[in-house]
Amino acid sequence: MARAALLRRLTWQAATVLEIREETATARTLVLAVPDWPGHLAGQHVDVKLTSEDGYSAQRSYSIASAGMPVEAPLELTVQRVPDGEVSPYLVDAATVGDQMEIRGPVGGYFAWQPDDGRPVLAIGGGSGVVPLMAMLRTHMVAGAKMPFRLIYSVRTPADVIYAKELAATGSAEVEFIYTRETPSGWPHARGRLDAVRLSQLAYPASAAPHVFVCGPTGFVESVANALVLLGHDAMDVKTERFGPTGG
Amino acid sequence: MESVDGNALAGVFAEVFGGDMTTARGRCESCGRMGPVGEAVVYAQAPGMVARCPGCEAVLMTVVRADDRAYLSLKGLSFLEVAV
Amino acid sequence: MPVVTRGFAGRGRSDPKLPPGQYLTEDFPVLSAGPTPHIDTSTWEFQIITESGARHKWSWDQLMMLPTEEPTVDLHCVTKWSKLHTGWRGVPLDTLFANVESAADYALVHAYGGYTTNLPLADLLDGQAWIAYQYEGEPLAPEHGGPARLLVPHLYLWKSAKWVRAIQMTTEDTPGFWETAGYHNYGDPWLEQRYYGD
Repeated sequence: MARAALLRRLTWQAATVLEIREETATARTLVLAVPDWPGHLAGQHVDVKLTSEDGYSAQRSYSIASAGMPVEAPLELTVQRVPDGEVSPYLVDAATVGDQMEIRGPVGGYFAWQPDDGRPVLAIGGGSGVVPLMAMLRTHMVAGAKMPFRLIYSVRTPADVIYAKELAATGSAEVEFIYTRETPSGWPHARGRLDAVRLSQLAYPASAAPHVFVCGPTGFVESVANALVLLGHDAMDVKTERFGPTGG
Repeated sequence: MESVDGNALAGVFAEVFGGDMTTARGRCESCGRMGPVGEAVVYAQAPGMVARCPGCEAVLMTVVRADDRAYLSLKGLSFLEVAV
Repeated sequence: MPVVTRGFAGRGRSDPKLPPGQYLTEDFPVLSAGPTPHIDTSTWEFQIITESGARHKWSWDQLMMLPTEEPTVDLHCVTKWSKLHTGWRGVPLDTLFANVESAADYALVHAYGGYTTNLPLADLLDGQAWIAYQYEGEPLAPEHGGPARLLVPHLYLWKSAKWVRAIQMTTEDTPGFWETAGYHNYGDPWLEQRYYGD
């Protein structure tokens, strides 16, 4: 039984949509039922494959949004609609409860976090790059973890913030927002990108030796990761996940 | 053509190797740089997936996934170091 | 038997006129094994190198002076998309090979950026291939292989090397980048020769 379950999750298996939650105008969370789901680590992802009736198929990777514990909790993916995309428009606009797709995973041990890692966590996400970081933040909360946890979340406008309500009530975890196009009214800072100056103000210092996770569009990840190294963070403590030009 | 990184290889590598390979470390045969598979520069919009060295851009690995088999070429790696 | 996802259509439609396993698309997907090279036409050069090492070279200006054709061809990519009736302008390989003396049967195509692909010389001749530099009346964009690419539409599109820089004639068939990575050595879409051993 255990070996069959292991082999099944190494390759494609059917998943059924159990529930849908709208997050923003362009993003929604799909709660999926997967037979014998083995659980996952925060930060991991699944590959999703859609096949049409005439056999045409397309696949993309999506980060797991749900916490790594409890293991029995259903799998959640948060998908952002990509302009001119092929898979995301279906998942965000068309999929309904009961629909089926194929998934492969959970996979990814490099970009993963567990509460028994004692270091402070610095999570930096651009756009939909917040999804795997949210899985880490949720895991931190469910586990009652004590190490400092800070999320720096860069978005274009306030309307683009995924998980807005939840991020307003994160308990011990700290959340800092960066608005690149339009700020909320009364926001004390100018709009602008997460550059080296902002990063030096908002990030834990290198002396705190945090475990850093950076996720989002390729360009965002590269510039943030480079800036962190220039600020003195050890490159081996900075884990990166690039979503491609549009950020997935 | 924008790239992603070795995390995009996690799924197909799990199928081929039977486990996660994104933390495996490889040595680039061209420039000697060592790093985790997760940090390879990956071109995923191709007939197959191509992983290149983040330092010198040389091709490290290619993965071609056919319907019932996969072809894995490790042509540009001196070796892969895998925890067991 | 893959799970069919209700209501998903994607970008591809099946069509009985296509080679087996292909789907029709209206897009022109960009696929690449690496970063897009950016080559200035002032330094661009194309060469045919014979098996004895003799080199025939053309600068961009010289290429522009050669007679061209405007073929309309169907493209079939091994990743299963097909795009029909695409319009190109290019110099036929027959023109470029006119004064080349060679007894070699095979060609290894080299591209800027390091990509290679191989095919029998016979597949480059007799009106089957062009060095193409315009697509649908416009200069060929870099992401689609500009300033110039090889166009050999009777084989899967990975044989139509983007950013072509040289054709090396070889007495032995020398597999190129994808051919040594698991793809078929020849690649006839009508025989569905996608992978090694097909």
